[in-house]
Amino acid sequence: MTSKELTRRTILQGGAAVAASAPMMAAGVAGAAPAPPRQQAGTKMAVGLSVNGRDVHLDIDPRTSLLDALREHLRLTGTKKGCDHGQCGACTVIVNGRRINSCLSLAVMHEGDTVTTIEGLGTPEKLHPMQKAFIVHDGYQCGYCTPGQICSAVAMLDEVEAGMPSHASEDLDKVSLTEEEIRERMSGNICRCAAYPNIVAAIRNAAEAKA
Amino acid sequence: MKPFTYERATSVADAAKTAGATQGARFIAGGTNLLDLMKLQIETPAHLIDVNHLGLDKIEKTQEGGLRIGALVRNSDLAADATVRRDYAVLSRALLAGASGQLRNKATTAGNLLQRARCPYFYDTRMPCNKRQPGSGCGAIAGMSRNLAILGVSDACIAQHPSDMAVAMRLLDASVETVAPDGSARAIPIADFHLLPGDTPHIETALKNGEIITAVTLPKPLGGTHVYRKVRDRASYAFALVSVAAVFGKGGEARFAFGGIGTKPWASADANAAAPRGANAVAQAALAGARPTKQNAYKQRLTQATLASVFRSWEKKA
Repeated sequence: MTSKELTRRTILQGGAAVAASAPMMAAGVAGAAPAPPRQQAGTKMAVGLSVNGRDVHLDIDPRTSLLDALREHLRLTGTKKGCDHGQCGACTVIVNGRRINSCLSLAVMHEGDTVTTIEGLGTPEKLHPMQKAFIVHDGYQCGYCTPGQICSAVAMLDEVEAGMPSHASEDLDKVSLTEEEIRERMSGNICRCAAYPNIVAAIRNAAEAKA
Repeated sequence: MKPFTYERATSVADAAKTAGATQGARFIAGGTNLLDLMKLQIETPAHLIDVNHLGLDKIEKTQEGGLRIGALVRNSDLAADATVRRDYAVLSRALLAGASGQLRNKATTAGNLLQRARCPYFYDTRMPCNKRQPGSGCGAIAGMSRNLAILGVSDACIAQHPSDMAVAMRLLDASVETVAPDGSARAIPIADFHLLPGDTPHIETALKNGEIITAVTLPKPLGGTHVYRKVRDRASYAFALVSVAAVFGKGGEARFAFGGIGTKPWASADANAAAPRGANAVAQAALAGARPTKQNAYKQRLTQATLASVFRSWEKKA
């Protein structure tokens, strides 16, 4: 391993090469059959889902949250664990097109689902427009909440496009993306560095570029 | 989290039957409240029955001109539904005032009705709490009670019901449809669905062992002007200190329901009758029998002020 390949994570794990250890196998996700009716207490369960366009199969303790499955089993550590109680939004991922808190969902409940994490939105070489906007507008400080902010923002714009109202909508039938709307719709993503003004600017910019 | 077994239910009848016959079984749908409590070992189900695949996610008109909302309709979908926005705007508004975008995408109609208390003593397993551990006492009454209920309280419990959605459902006289383990179905008026704490605060609803909610039905639309006003510690993503749902008719008649102040979604016929006499009269009637603590006595004044704001919104809209 060259020093270039060293990441913070491989250092944290004693330099072990972990990239190949993700238990990924091709599973027939699309035509997923109903799960076996009941498993024995304390045993693992099989679940197949699509993560960032890749079919994955996991054999996991049913207690495993979707967040832990992504981070600990699939080594997709872009999704962050903040509070682990649905209060901070750092774990936000997009499941079947909807943003959710991956900490408050069991992985075994996602049989056949399509999950997109920050790693699936863009890559360092080919950033998602929302990722670019966060860089341009300096929409972060420590960066810990950023993957959740970006996943949340991407799915939030789809909600606006679908005409879904928010608490900030003056008229339930006419949704427009004002600053107040962005703030309200993003309230499930906390930034303890309080980079909010730049986060709002980034989202606004990405929305305008999209329109 | 304590170990549990898990299964995916394939029919309502089987789900209810299994739940009735399995010790420590719980239904799981959105999971946003149950999993949170399981992580803290406040909820320790031995068996989870995943009900997400039962097809209870439709919103349909009823023959009576009302609306039948499937138990699994997500809070975000219900708030955005065209019929709900047009005919039951108070429900859309209440839903949108609750939780966050992420949580509303998962949380279901039935799960929202069943969400458990947010009292700090319920959440802290080192503290006494009659709801969490019957007979252990209530730490809240003489403790941190600032956010807690002033109406419907007992010496055993003063936890407020946390839902916004349920407040609108209460105002709209919704009815909760269920199926029992023996296959029998019934409809429970929302007014009777949530129970006052009394001596048994751990028993929160009229549901019997294994009974599963299949839908919530709304009567035909009330018309009028719909308002939902929620007051909380921050502008978004916080539980209500006080909330008021209101529907005003053309002749000045109105009906109200209240959140944040009651141990269940609160409504009172006297408060509705007081509508023509204005916000203060409504507040006075609604707060009859209030039993505040020193810390949450402010909620009486806040209810009055919130009602005044609701009346102003109505006057502006009408």
